[in-house]
Amino acid sequence: MEYHISAPLNKEEIKKLRIGDTVYISGTIYTARDAAHKRMQEALDAGKELPISMENNVIYYMGPSPAREGRPIGSAGPTTASRMDKYAPALLDLGLAAMVGKGKRSPKVKEAVIRNKAVYFAAIGGAGALLSKAITASEVVAYEDLGTEAIRKLTVNEFPVIVVMDCEGNDLYETAPKEYACQ
Amino acid sequence: MRSIQTEDITKTIAELCIKANHYLTPDMASVLENARSSERSPVGCHVLNQLSENLKIAGEDMIPICQDTGMAVVFMEIGQDVHIEGGDLTEAVNEGVRRGYVDGYLRKSVVSDPLLRENTGDNTPAVLYTEIVRGDKLRITVAPKGFGSENMSRVFMLKPADGVEGVKNAILTAVSDAGPNACPPMVVGVGIGGTFEKAALLAKKALLRDVSKGSELSHIADLEKEMLEKINGLGIGPGGLGGTTTALAVNINTYPTHIAGLPVAVNICCHVNRHAVGEL
Repeated sequence: MEYHISAPLNKEEIKKLRIGDTVYISGTIYTARDAAHKRMQEALDAGKELPISMENNVIYYMGPSPAREGRPIGSAGPTTASRMDKYAPALLDLGLAAMVGKGKRSPKVKEAVIRNKAVYFAAIGGAGALLSKAITASEVVAYEDLGTEAIRKLTVNEFPVIVVMDCEGNDLYETAPKEYACQ
Repeated sequence: MRSIQTEDITKTIAELCIKANHYLTPDMASVLENARSSERSPVGCHVLNQLSENLKIAGEDMIPICQDTGMAVVFMEIGQDVHIEGGDLTEAVNEGVRRGYVDGYLRKSVVSDPLLRENTGDNTPAVLYTEIVRGDKLRITVAPKGFGSENMSRVFMLKPADGVEGVKNAILTAVSDAGPNACPPMVVGVGIGGTFEKAALLAKKALLRDVSKGSELSHIADLEKEMLEKINGLGIGPGGLGGTTTALAVNINTYPTHIAGLPVAVNICCHVNRHAVGEL
């Protein structure tokens, strides 16, 4: 199936998404990768507010290359999601609706996805030039000192992703290769 | 004795950093095209088409092929009749990387200390390997290495009794574990022999070899072909979303080793297998 959804997400709308579905996201999403996640976790541990709300939001695991003059962003493809596995369950429990990255997730992330009826999308790894075309605006909103790892608010238009883990915990990375594996 | 100025080395490296991050070599483009016609999964075909489109946009609009513009690995073959003038060679190399990454709008992905993790802000230092060769030329290869795939690379210290079957299992284990994390379709660089660190360097250098040609050693060329078929039989596919193209090439380099050992290194690279070469 193919869906066009707007971000922040409607949690009811996520429930109908299933692994293998192609989804085009338009609206506002946020970037965060290793260093920003570490800092958000430290903020939570210290009982402080996060710099952005998780509720119904989408986090894109991405650190862009610098934008040339007149462009909103540089190359902007996904980074490996498993490095954020340590931090993701806490953010999902705070209402994070979706994560965009690439690669497998841990059992704990899967449990948190099911528990919170969230979704994990994959964007095509190594297609940063192409994906940058779906980003129309970018603004650093927290942790500016982290450079490419700062939290950015992105405006996206028909940003293409595939559902790789749905709200029931089905995992496309487990099922799809089996269809093409030589026994 | 021929003199080469460090400023010329710096300029060349800056250009190569930018070139490597925007254009793949023709052999890489050709294996990707071949994969588009042979891939059996519709989703896999879609991903490969997107990668082809991505390469086109990167070159035309000067947007890096991948946002992870890598840590700059620099190989230098220095002719023994060359005299380098004008300053420190390592500093000249790092200045080239600095200019290339700053002027070329490339991402700064290097931290100064692996534990303290403060970004150096200019992607330096490079990882530099020098080799003294015959002649009076200086050949420079810049190979920016992304870490999605680097993180999935492995060294196996096998024993002689493990033999070629052990080598095959090691390669398949590394690729299988890498799965979707390493941005398949991958290029698999393998080093067999030498010592612990030599095997890793052989594997890294194997990634620089023409991916459309096999090894000059016939038994190794056969092994490369067999491993490519086995890897593509894993079903991981483009983007890890299932398919018959998990790797675009397997390049194996070998070196003599010790009677007691059989080191095997597997350096995984994504489909953005970047390198650019210049000669002074």
